[in-house]
Amino acid sequence: MSAVPDNRRNPTGGNALTGGETSANGNVATPGRTAIGGRIDRTQPLNFTFDGKAYTGYAGDTLASALLANGVHLVGRSFKYHRPRGILGAGVEEPNALVTVSRDEARTTSNLSATRVELYDGLVATSQNRWPSLAKDLGRMNDILGRFFPAGFYYKTFMWPQKAWKALYEPVIRQAAGLGEAPTLPDPDRYAQRYGHCDVLIVGAGPAGIAAALAAADRGVRVMLCDESAEFGGSLLGDPAATIDGLPAVEWVRASIAALAANPRVTLLPRTTAFGYFPHNFLGLQQRLTDHESEPAAHQPRERLWQVRADTVILATGAIERPLVFPGNDRPGIMLAGAAQTYLNRYGVKVGSRVVVVTASDAAYQVALELQAAGVTVAAIADVRSSPQGPLPEAARRAGLKLIDSATVLGTEGDLRVTRITLGQSAAAPGQSTAAPGQSTADGVHTLETIGCDAVLMSGGFTPSVHLFSQSRGKLTWSDALKSFIPGQSAENARSVGACRGVFGLAEVLADGAAAGAAGAGAAAAGSAAAGTAPPPTVTADASRRFSVEAPLRSVDGYLGALPAADAAPKDKSFVDWQNDVTTKDLALATREGFISIEHVKRYTTTGMATDQGKTSNLNAMAIVAQKLGVPIPKVGHTTFRMPYTPVSFGAFAGTSRGDLFDPLRTTPIHEWAAARGAVFENVGLWKRARYFPRAGEDMHAAVARECRAVRGSCGIFDASTLGKIEVVGADAAEFMNRLYINSWTGLGVGRSRYGILCRDDGFIYDDGVVGRLAPDRFHVTTTTGGAPRVLAMMEDYRQTEWPDLEVWLTSTTEQWAVIAVQGPKARSVLEPLVEGVDISAAAMPHMSIASGRICGVPLMLFRVSFSGELGFEVNVPADYGAAVWKAIHAAGQAHGMVEYGTEAMHVLRAEKGYIIVGQDTDGTVTPDDAGLSWAIGKTKADFVGKRSLDRASMKAPNRKQLVGLRTRGGQVLEEGAQVAAKPGQTPPMQLIGHVTSSYHSAVLGYPIALALVAGGRNMMGQTLYVPMPDGDIEVEVTSPVFYDPSGARING
Amino acid sequence: MLIIDCPFCGKRPEIEFTYGGQAHLTRAAQPGAVDDQAWTDFLYMRTNTKGVYAERWRHSHGCGRFFNAVRDTTTDHFLATYRAGEPQPAVTP
Repeated sequence: MSAVPDNRRNPTGGNALTGGETSANGNVATPGRTAIGGRIDRTQPLNFTFDGKAYTGYAGDTLASALLANGVHLVGRSFKYHRPRGILGAGVEEPNALVTVSRDEARTTSNLSATRVELYDGLVATSQNRWPSLAKDLGRMNDILGRFFPAGFYYKTFMWPQKAWKALYEPVIRQAAGLGEAPTLPDPDRYAQRYGHCDVLIVGAGPAGIAAALAAADRGVRVMLCDESAEFGGSLLGDPAATIDGLPAVEWVRASIAALAANPRVTLLPRTTAFGYFPHNFLGLQQRLTDHESEPAAHQPRERLWQVRADTVILATGAIERPLVFPGNDRPGIMLAGAAQTYLNRYGVKVGSRVVVVTASDAAYQVALELQAAGVTVAAIADVRSSPQGPLPEAARRAGLKLIDSATVLGTEGDLRVTRITLGQSAAAPGQSTAAPGQSTADGVHTLETIGCDAVLMSGGFTPSVHLFSQSRGKLTWSDALKSFIPGQSAENARSVGACRGVFGLAEVLADGAAAGAAGAGAAAAGSAAAGTAPPPTVTADASRRFSVEAPLRSVDGYLGALPAADAAPKDKSFVDWQNDVTTKDLALATREGFISIEHVKRYTTTGMATDQGKTSNLNAMAIVAQKLGVPIPKVGHTTFRMPYTPVSFGAFAGTSRGDLFDPLRTTPIHEWAAARGAVFENVGLWKRARYFPRAGEDMHAAVARECRAVRGSCGIFDASTLGKIEVVGADAAEFMNRLYINSWTGLGVGRSRYGILCRDDGFIYDDGVVGRLAPDRFHVTTTTGGAPRVLAMMEDYRQTEWPDLEVWLTSTTEQWAVIAVQGPKARSVLEPLVEGVDISAAAMPHMSIASGRICGVPLMLFRVSFSGELGFEVNVPADYGAAVWKAIHAAGQAHGMVEYGTEAMHVLRAEKGYIIVGQDTDGTVTPDDAGLSWAIGKTKADFVGKRSLDRASMKAPNRKQLVGLRTRGGQVLEEGAQVAAKPGQTPPMQLIGHVTSSYHSAVLGYPIALALVAGGRNMMGQTLYVPMPDGDIEVEVTSPVFYDPSGARING
Repeated sequence: MLIIDCPFCGKRPEIEFTYGGQAHLTRAAQPGAVDDQAWTDFLYMRTNTKGVYAERWRHSHGCGRFFNAVRDTTTDHFLATYRAGEPQPAVTP
């Protein structure tokens, strides 16, 4: 063991060198802030709180950078083990720093990544997944008991006894599960949605994206450039050393963006994440408009969802640094090297005062040099590689930094912040003489030394962000050189440029972007690359744009999987997926238990399944699984990339489709009258239908009983306007109807109507309704309320594709007519004085006849028809007259005791008569004969839709479920959907022979009635069956489905 | 969202269309003459092709016409659209 600095033990878990989290009042100078530099505005201090404690940051900070500037590394507790966690990254990749940001009780958003939350004055943030506090968390027990919580823990543990699920396991798991809390009030914010169209959409405004935008814009095409960050520039914002065309990189960004902003054909979208790539170059973009503002204007939408159709898509989505997998790699203070660089250069924040760099790539050397220049002590650079060469390692040596090669990490210490790191070295390492060897561990690694530090910066290389490319169904290919999957053949007109396709040098990245921008613009200008057609030819370099660049040359090395000896050090966990707490052991266990597909390993261990979707973890997980299985990584493959790239609020998806605007609303011409009358409405499809009309003191039961008695006793009036109505017109109209409906229509006279049934070709009932013949070539077809669109679509399908030879036209007339049903023994007396030019006497207008004339002075099409079993008429008038005619009939009816009734009474009345409702008493497996309607079939027809299927033996089997009535012997009202058994006293699994489809209390009959589908039911009349319910069997008697007026005397009255 | 080239109206977004399942299934002129197996195949058996697939669409919120399309189900790219009744054109993905 080598010497350890005195500051290694800090009782608060913070670190004396940085001032830590314990500053007296939060107003002291922020200890982690550099004196100068960064892209923050030091003239604009911003106050904010985290877990109730006040801090100060600057305009331009993120919550993460402001917390780090205040020395706060501990920001959360991990999901499963409740381990203290700090900030790992500086952008979308962040797995740990999930916080809740609240403006008020309704405007509370959980699971926001602190690295993406822009600071504003007055921001209130709280940590998550801890109780009672972040520093003292009882859930930490899970870490100590960690060996009892392996992968698949849930599947293996909560098996027995079954009853414990509801009582014990589920409540406890639900309490422990989930991160953050949902707000309890409705979201008061507004969310906008917009379509966008452009020639070239560029995703990502780093160097590649900006170069592409400049090249495309130069060629005069419409360009959209979006970036998830508040400021364009990407990696250049954290790279002060680079110059482009003689300008410092950030100046080049500023000038380039200014030029693009001045171009009217360019749309710049900052704070906009392309989260989904859908077919035919259709992308979803989430634009965040007000989350960064201290006091958003009331009129401003919070977010805007863009749905963009682009001719060419250029993906310049960059790369994400990989962490290294070693024991204790999750302590606060251990972060990605590139993140530390971003915090230093973009935000003026030093993430520590004494850091150790662990790396497998050159990039981290530059970070070390820049931190050293900023006054941070770089205690060591531990390089996993055996002999790091090149300009950056050389520069580090020249700067006097301590380099260790063939290094690995054996463990870390520190409770709420890392305080020490123990390094090891592979035995075969050529440069091992830098320290005296300690004890040997597995894998030929020996302990090297323990170094005190307050931050560990790691770099395992860079993983190209191929998420959107893969979502677009482009094929990924494995690159051994880059140790990554990179874009292969595109499926869409898309081009990946820069780091997201493994191009890393700044000059190469700029040239790559410019070439793609020019090619994309050229394709758009030529109009050759329409969305949805073949992908583009391979991009060739565009000679028109060259960038003169100064930037450090660096290798693209990296490391995959667990560092040597990570498995062999039993003292601590080596995390692969920080957010879901998946360790190397979990992955090893999964492979030991036989999971060989990466998709299965993912689901079993949950690796990559958290809100960060494994941005930092997936490749390491694949590598570990590949190593355990002894196969190359490309053989293991990758899991499917799915949208969204980062979480998108439900509000953005919903837009204005909420509340009253959630769905269109259909109302009838009588709706306002019914509403004024106090009707209770129900939703039927998009329609609002009056369900019942309660009078003072009535509940639904009482109102429906009164309405039913009135219809049977005198008369009732019912709004049937929602009935679907289709006019079938043409010389072949009767032939068309004959082919489609099961009935025969040839013999139906003009002025007569018939109950029609429509089956599908599978022989099952699809719809029903009364069909009237208005003229030899004109049928008025009514459908169920909900079925009208699909019936018309089915009619059109057969008309257009099966029988194009027939001369027939179909027109929806549902909304042309208001339909007022007048039902009951007094119906004729009510209507007689109101109609003109039509004789509605029993002799002149029998049941199922049609007449036209006038009513109340307006055109009338009158159907003598009944869905109640009483004498009945349906008054059809043009919809605009519906309300006036309704009121006139209602007024005239008062002398006869007329009562308005709703759908509930209508249901009871029809059930008393055994009339089915398609979709309630049928379910897509019921034939006309099953429903007792075989009398309707046109027996002499050679064919109709469904006939061939009805001829199959199974469709005629005697044990098919048939429609019957049920009466309970004990007078109970059955539950609709209840099952029917032949034998009493069964326990599950029971033998069941049918189910209840309709059930009501019949006030008129004085007992409950039910309709049911029962196997062989028509041969069981009078038999006793049993409806098993939780508190015992209900005895029922099988009856005819017609409970009321079986002779039909009343309907013909 | 797909862009679909209606043979009657031109290119329109997918939300204007309704999917109609596999194309070129012919309902027998005399279903009564067809045996049970052939009728079952007509009703229920579909190819569920991975790759080039002929399917029906209806421009339900446009001209209302049914038409056929050839789509590569692995990429969702349309290779052809054509009127109902016309033969399936030969195309390669």
